[in-house]
Amino acid sequence: MKAVVTNKLTKKFGDFVATNEITFDVAQGEIFGFLGANGAGKTTAMRMLCGLLKPTSGEATVAGFDVYKQSEQIKQVIGYMSQKFSLYDDLTVRENIRFYGGIYGLNRTNLKAKSDAIIQQLGLGSVADKLTVSLPLGWKQRLAFSVALIHDPKVVFLDEPTGGVDPITRRQFWDMIYEAAHRGTTIFVTTHYMDEAEYCNRVSIMVDGRIKALDTPGALKQQFGTDSMDGVFQILARGTSTK
Amino acid sequence: MIEKEFRQLFRNAVLLRMMLAAPVMQLILLSYAANFEVKNLNIVVVDQDHTPYARRLVSKFRYIDNFHFLGYAPAYKPAYHELLTGHADLILLISPHFERDLGKANHSSVQLLVSAIDGTKAGIASGYAQSIIRDFNTDIRSETVGLEPAGGARLDIENQYWYNPRLEYKTFMVPGILFELLLLIGGMIAALNIVREKEIGTQEQLNVTPIKKHEFILGKLTPFVLIGLVQFTLGMLVAAFFFRIPIQGSIPLLYGFAFLFLLLCVGLGLLISAISETQQQAMFAVFFCLVLFILLSGLFSSTDDMPQWAQYINLFNPLRYIIEVGRNVILKGSTFRDMQTQFYALLAMSVALIGLASWRYRKTV
Repeated sequence: MKAVVTNKLTKKFGDFVATNEITFDVAQGEIFGFLGANGAGKTTAMRMLCGLLKPTSGEATVAGFDVYKQSEQIKQVIGYMSQKFSLYDDLTVRENIRFYGGIYGLNRTNLKAKSDAIIQQLGLGSVADKLTVSLPLGWKQRLAFSVALIHDPKVVFLDEPTGGVDPITRRQFWDMIYEAAHRGTTIFVTTHYMDEAEYCNRVSIMVDGRIKALDTPGALKQQFGTDSMDGVFQILARGTSTK
Repeated sequence: MIEKEFRQLFRNAVLLRMMLAAPVMQLILLSYAANFEVKNLNIVVVDQDHTPYARRLVSKFRYIDNFHFLGYAPAYKPAYHELLTGHADLILLISPHFERDLGKANHSSVQLLVSAIDGTKAGIASGYAQSIIRDFNTDIRSETVGLEPAGGARLDIENQYWYNPRLEYKTFMVPGILFELLLLIGGMIAALNIVREKEIGTQEQLNVTPIKKHEFILGKLTPFVLIGLVQFTLGMLVAAFFFRIPIQGSIPLLYGFAFLFLLLCVGLGLLISAISETQQQAMFAVFFCLVLFILLSGLFSSTDDMPQWAQYINLFNPLRYIIEVGRNVILKGSTFRDMQTQFYALLAMSVALIGLASWRYRKTV
């Protein structure tokens, strides 16, 4: 079964068409990169798939559930991490894990095991009872990612998860993504960083609300005759902006 | 959810302390300051008669606490100037033939000019002044005529103030302010709390989780209602032990009403936060409601004296009902049976507000 399927999915805000008839599918366990300049419609598309926004027209399913009618079921089986850091600053690391775990209905013993595992995995043992606000950004992001995975979701949506952190931390973050994908979780990720695009199994590039290209990074480079994803992106993005 | 809200509340020690200390302070300060006893009325006298009787009238004003005798003015004009500049609150004008007319025609007049910038104060000031003049009048009459006018079975009206025998303004204000504070804290903090989640993005995070609507609403409602009840307890303690207000009615009844009222306040806060996107918007909305509710509530002025349209608005003013309850139950010892109207009105409004808030709160836009 495909993890995500869309068919001519469209969202209009008044006259403005944020995403225009986008059609794609994502296989289970795939790392699917969603690229595009600011305002290209990436976040809108993602918010529709997460059940935060009602689409204007078109169809989409996530983990087999319809985005119109079954958005609450979708929420059971997806994880989500937004651009904004979404943990509570005024709770400790452990309390944040407990809170989100509780919302997803994890029982007490399960929750305890999960918290310990996350804290150990991230090496947060020494700060587990410190307020989250005191953590460096990179740590917070990795913690947020772990929390998004706490209920073993089928699909995880990551909206520019690595904004504003250094290359080493980004690399660590991608190690975590690989690990999750390896366990069978589908990763749906938007990013600005072209080097990160290289890590994805397949990449789609959005320009002005439409998907302009969709393939593996290798195939895209070949198709556009450049040796980097950056080159591909430049050709596509510039191609429309000069029109 | 509930556990998290509590942890956050207790973590924010400053806010918590403010939420508990501020009401007590405000209760004490406001109850002392906001009273209607008018003291230190500045009076200027224009005496155009200069007779013993005129001086006697003036001295009556001089030796009464509520008035502060500024002095004589030589003529009407300078006195009027004092009134304009705000130095004087009222002018007593004694006409040239005051004593002569009094003796001859048994009829004479003085003129009172009251600065009515502050309507309440003006009303009370002229009331005081009139009673002094009336007093003077009776004195003079009995002296000149020697006895009461024929057929003068004089009718004295004696006022007895029930439930607040000494007309203590504190006794009257405290129950009102107590509930006003619950509205302030309950409504405002609750509204800002959710809007803050919207601003920092955790609301969106919650919206992608399978959390149920009622779990969310309940999680937000419970801690604020409980904090409100703690505040109410503090307030009651201050009222009983600091102000020594005799609490006539049943305490469980008061708590029942406080609980209902808090549900309503937090419901209002939730609704406001569901509509607003930023803390500023929420703040403005809360303030708008608060000021409207407080001014129309009868906390400062009697609701019965308000124009008809204001009374219609007041049908939907929760603060008005709860202040009526507070005053009646605390001062008069009213029972639930007496307060049924207020109970049903508050109940209906709570249900409506929380219902609206849950309806407006949507996880999907």
